[in-house]
This record gives sequence, C-alpha cells and structure tokens, in this order.
Amino acid sequence: MDFTFDDQQIEFRDAIRKFLMVEAAPESLREIWETRSGRSNDLRAKLADQGLTAISVPEAHTGMGLGDLDWVLAQQELGYYAIPDSLSDTAYLAVDLLKQLPAGNALAASFLPRIASGQARIAIAHPLNPLTADAENAELLLLWHDDEVHALRPGQAKLVPNQSLDMSRRLSRVDWTPSATSRVCGADAGRGIWADVVNRAGVALAAQLVGLASRMLDLGIDHSANRKQFGKPVGSFQAVKHHLADVAVKIEFARPVVYRAAYAMQKSDPQRAVHVSHARLAAGEAARLAARRSLQVHGAMGYTWEADLQMFMKRAWALEASWGDRGFHKTRVAAHVLGEGAALGPSQTF
Amino acid sequence: MRLEYTERQKAFRQEIRDWLAANVPSGALPSFDTEEGFAQHRAWERKLSTASLSAVTWPSALGGRGLDLIEWLIFEEEYWRANAPLRVNQNGIFLLAPTLMDHGTPEQKKRFLPRMADGSDIWAQAWSEPGAGSDMAAIRCKATRDNGHYVLSGQKIWSTRAVWADWCFGLFRSDPSSSRHHGLTFLLLPLKSPGITIRPIRQLNGLPGFAEIFFDDVRVPVENRIGEEGEGWNIAMATAGFERGLMLRSPARFQQTARRLVDLYHRNRAAADADPSIRDAVLKGWMDAEAYALATYATASRLARGGQIGAEASTNKIFWSELDVLMHETAMSLLGARAELMPAAPEAAGVEGWLDGFLFSLAGPIYAGTNEIQRNIIAERMLGLPRA
Repeated sequence: MDFTFDDQQIEFRDAIRKFLMVEAAPESLREIWETRSGRSNDLRAKLADQGLTAISVPEAHTGMGLGDLDWVLAQQELGYYAIPDSLSDTAYLAVDLLKQLPAGNALAASFLPRIASGQARIAIAHPLNPLTADAENAELLLLWHDDEVHALRPGQAKLVPNQSLDMSRRLSRVDWTPSATSRVCGADAGRGIWADVVNRAGVALAAQLVGLASRMLDLGIDHSANRKQFGKPVGSFQAVKHHLADVAVKIEFARPVVYRAAYAMQKSDPQRAVHVSHARLAAGEAARLAARRSLQVHGAMGYTWEADLQMFMKRAWALEASWGDRGFHKTRVAAHVLGEGAALGPSQTF
Repeated sequence: MRLEYTERQKAFRQEIRDWLAANVPSGALPSFDTEEGFAQHRAWERKLSTASLSAVTWPSALGGRGLDLIEWLIFEEEYWRANAPLRVNQNGIFLLAPTLMDHGTPEQKKRFLPRMADGSDIWAQAWSEPGAGSDMAAIRCKATRDNGHYVLSGQKIWSTRAVWADWCFGLFRSDPSSSRHHGLTFLLLPLKSPGITIRPIRQLNGLPGFAEIFFDDVRVPVENRIGEEGEGWNIAMATAGFERGLMLRSPARFQQTARRLVDLYHRNRAAADADPSIRDAVLKGWMDAEAYALATYATASRLARGGQIGAEASTNKIFWSELDVLMHETAMSLLGARAELMPAAPEAAGVEGWLDGFLFSLAGPIYAGTNEIQRNIIAERMLGLPRA
C-alpha cells in the first residue's frame, strides 16, 4: 500500500509547473482570446517540447508510453494555468481512443506520431456534450454514433460555432451524417472505448477542476493579503480567513479522490466509473466553492473584467458540466452506493 | 503508487478480524460515562491488551505491536467494522502517549505506558480552564515548586472522562510571572491525589462525560513532569499535529457510520424519497467518508516515506467533524418522528444509537480545538494569511 507519486512523476509535474508559469501567464492567455482560433501554435509547439503531447502515445509511435497517473498531475497544472488548448482532448482522450481501435486501423498509425510531435489537434464529439470543443481547430473529428466510433476530416461536417462565457473555449454544434466510410469501429468494441473516453475525460476534468480551485484560492490569498482596509490587510480578518480556509479543506479532500480515480483508470479497476464520478463531484464542489469565496474576498475587484479571477471562474463553471453534469455523476455513484449488496464501509476502500 | 495491500497486511487484517469475531461483546456495552459502563470498558481495554491490540503502533516492549500507520488503519477498519466498544482510554492512548513517546524519559515510558495499554490507568485530560478554552495559552492553574514537588492550585474544566479516570495530564503555570504560552509545565497526576475535588458536568445526553477538577494544594512529584519546566506548551504542541491530526478519529469510524446510514436509508426509503435532499446527503456521507479514508492513506503513505504532517491536522478536524454532523442529521431526518426516542423507549426499536451519535457528533466541531480555531490555523499556517 503506497498512496504517493514517485519522484519521477513529481519532477515531471514540477517541470510542467515551472514552464507554464512563464509561458501561460494570464496576459498571454488574454492575447490568445482575441485570435479567431483561440489557439496558439506557438504555445502548442512549446507544450510539445515539454513532452506534454507525447505522454500517453506509445513509444513505438515516438511517444513516452506513460499513463493516467502521469497525466493526473499534469492535468492539475493545466487547470491551474487554465491552458487554452485542446491538449487534453487530443493527447489524452483521443490517444487512448486511437490506441483501442481494432488492429489494422490506419488512423492510429497516422495520427499518434503527429499527436506526439504536437502537430495534430483532434476533437471528440459525444452526446454527453451537446457542443463539441475545438472542432473548428481539429484536423480529425472522432464522433460517437450509437456506440460506434466515426472519424471525419475538416469539411466533412458542418460546424456551427457557439460562443462560450469562457473566452478561451471554442464550441461548435457538429452536424454530420454517419456513413459506412466514416465508421472506424463498430458498436461492440465501441461501447468499451466510449466508456473509457468518458471516464478518462472525468479524471482529466476533475484534476483540472482541482487545479482551477487551487488557482482561485491562491488569487484570493494574494488579494486579501495585499488589500488593506481599516488599516490592515483584509486577510487578517477572520471572516475572510475562514472563507478561504473552507476552500483549502475542500481541495485537500478532493485531491486524493482524483488520484484514486486516475489509479483506477490505469489499473482498469471494475469500479472505475464510481471512482471517476466521485472525483468529478468532489472536484466540482471544490471549484464551485473556490469561485464563490475567491470572488467574495476580492470584493468589487473580483467582479471586473480586469481581474484575472474571471478566467479561472469561468473555466471552472464551463468544465463542471462537461462530459457529464452533476446529475450524471451522482447517478453513477448512487448506482453503486445504493445498489443491491454494495460492498460499503471500512475495509472496502481498496 | 500501489493501492493494494501486501500479503502481510492481508494476513494481519484476517488475524484482527478473527480475533474480534471471537472477542467483541455481543451486545453494546453501557456508556462509559456511567460507572458500570466505565468498568466494562476498562475490562475490554484489558482484553484488547492480552492480544497486544490496545495500542498497535507502540513498541512491543511497551505493550504494542510496533505496527506502522497503514497497519493501524487496517486495525481500525476491522475494529469499526466489528462494532467493537468505544475506547475509554482514548485520551491516554491517542493524546498523551504520543507526547510521552517523544518527550518522556525511559523511566516515564516504562512507568506509564504499559499500564495505559492494559487499562490499569485510564487517563483524563486537564487542558481547559474557565478562562482558557479556545485560548488555551490563558491557562492560570498554578504549579508552585516546593521541595521536589509542584503544588497545584486552581481549576480545570471540560475534563473528558475525569469522573471515573485514574490519572490526568495537563498544563500548569509554573512561572507566576510568565504569560501566555511561556512558563507552562506539562504534568501527570493521579486524580485520587489529596486536595483534588471532581465535580461532574452533565452533558446534553444527561451523563457526566466531563468534569471540573479543583486543585487545592495538590502535591505532584517532579518525576511526573514531562520535559523541562516551562517547556510545557511546546511539548504539548509538538506532537499535537502529528498524532492527533491523524489518530484522533480514524476514517473507519465514519465509513461505518456512512454504511449504517445507507442501511437506514434503505429501510426508510419510501418516506425518505419525499425529500430528495435526504438521498443526496446519504450519498454525500458515503463520498466524504471515502475521501477522508483516501486522504488518510495518502498522509500515512507520505509519512512512511519520511514526510511530515502539516496543517492536515486542522483540515482533517474540520472535515470529519462536519461529515459526522451531516450524517447524523441525515439519520435524524430519516427516522422522522421516532428520532427523538430515547434508546430504552418501547417504540425505539430500529432507532439504534443514532440519537446518541447525533448528540455526540455535535460536540465534534467544538472539542480538540473548535473548528473556528482550526480555520484560523489553516489560514495562517497553511495559506500564509496575516495574523490579526
């Protein structure tokens, strides 16, 4: 029994953190907002240099061949820095999907190396999300249709952009017609593939939400330690301290749940859906509270366009209902906890 | 990361499970806040100690088994799963013992710990005073040095288990000119010492779960001092975070409550679902109890690799105490109009120990440092916010 990350995983996380601190400062993210694509090829190339696009691509396809536990720490950093990129969908979710396609499918061989090198962007359309993120920027669309997997190139689907509150998001409705030529995998194999995509998306978003919550907490701390009223920093007042301490508690108890979900994915634990949904709910709660409390301790400043808090709040609100809203995840937890003969209680954690 | 038990850990779990199955009393014991219940709980401590199970993390020479924190968690899981009796010597084993291990002399350890492990000495705490509750550094109870002794005078209050316990431990002001956390000394003394008056305090449930202790020139030999004179505050605080943060309330306790709550929900489902917030709270109870268990395994793993515990002690306290209140409030909702029935009432069947548990859960956010104090600690020591 060892619930810690190894030194290499921690070093990888620290390297990503250092890199993003410099390359993904809020001011540069704001510049990227203003572009039509909302994406920066320059940033994507730098992310690739850091190895982020190659994490779970197999070594045979020039990747690093790592897994969910390596991703989960990176995802927290992507959340903390609100990375405006389809990185996770492409390099985590799509990679896993492509790896699971039936042998002989050409898509994996052609796309995996290009994902690892940072050249390809892939978007995933699934009925849990009425709108698809980053479809406009993708050179490959992977789509759900009755549990089958379909693949389309740009131009083969009609995209209707829908503006998000989060200036970094690029959402589209995807209008398309499934056909024998677009199908790359039947429903029998597809069912398991899609279940994995949904669960991996859950781990990714839960980790990003924890990262976002930490960032909002840090912004709240910075503001309240500097802003003075009544002759002292507002952060010295208990009412303010307690607002932020509550957020710290939520984050502390969401994080291990998220790590456990990542472990469950890596080990194909039969209970992984429950672990993932628990992680989503815990992380969502932490992020929601962090947004509320950080905004409150920022005072009117937090209500401005100028304050960076908005970037992280809006991302958190947007992500919380992606890949399954609260009701979806609660239903999956309830199916286990309230199910017939559920193994609950002490000694049933692992 | 490897979230599986080793063969050795599995074998240990099985051993504990078998032992508890053979030894846990079949019916619930009377409350340890009654004279009869106290005696029965003391006998249970003695029985646990015959299998070296009363303090499993202690060295075997002192009555333990020298187990690590993961094994301790396994022990606790089996203990709560078996509905074994509450630990009447908790103040000693989980609050005082860690301090003795770190700061006691070899003679003190030999003198106090084995008798604690086998239930010969049940310990009460003597921290708070009428003027020193959350503000513990305001302690005024005096310890005047006199010919190889300290002479104690003053008053302590909210001393848990003091009505029937054998010994108490606490902080006393040995330097009359000192203030705040300076000049305090950590002393151990028998509650039967001449000059001590115990006045029981009835708690919400009507039982004397704590007491006032009055000291009228009580003589305590210098050998009963832990650490140096005047160093009491630092000694009390040093191990406070580490062991209390982790060991005061093991996750298994809350996981067992969460499981019982699910059962209670199933039994009352038809009525319960008229208020959807009840089902939500049942699920939340299960999730948070699991989260607390996961967080504790993570901390135990980190400590095993040489890490230190920090403000987790405070985040833990807030998290489990609020979880406990949530689960018990939910149980009360599920029981509806029967929730108010005392356990002995003829129609109270099926109400189990929920009412008692509910009342006790409400103490959680108050004892061992109120949750407001914990939030201050988190804000100042973990988040770095400025002190008032």
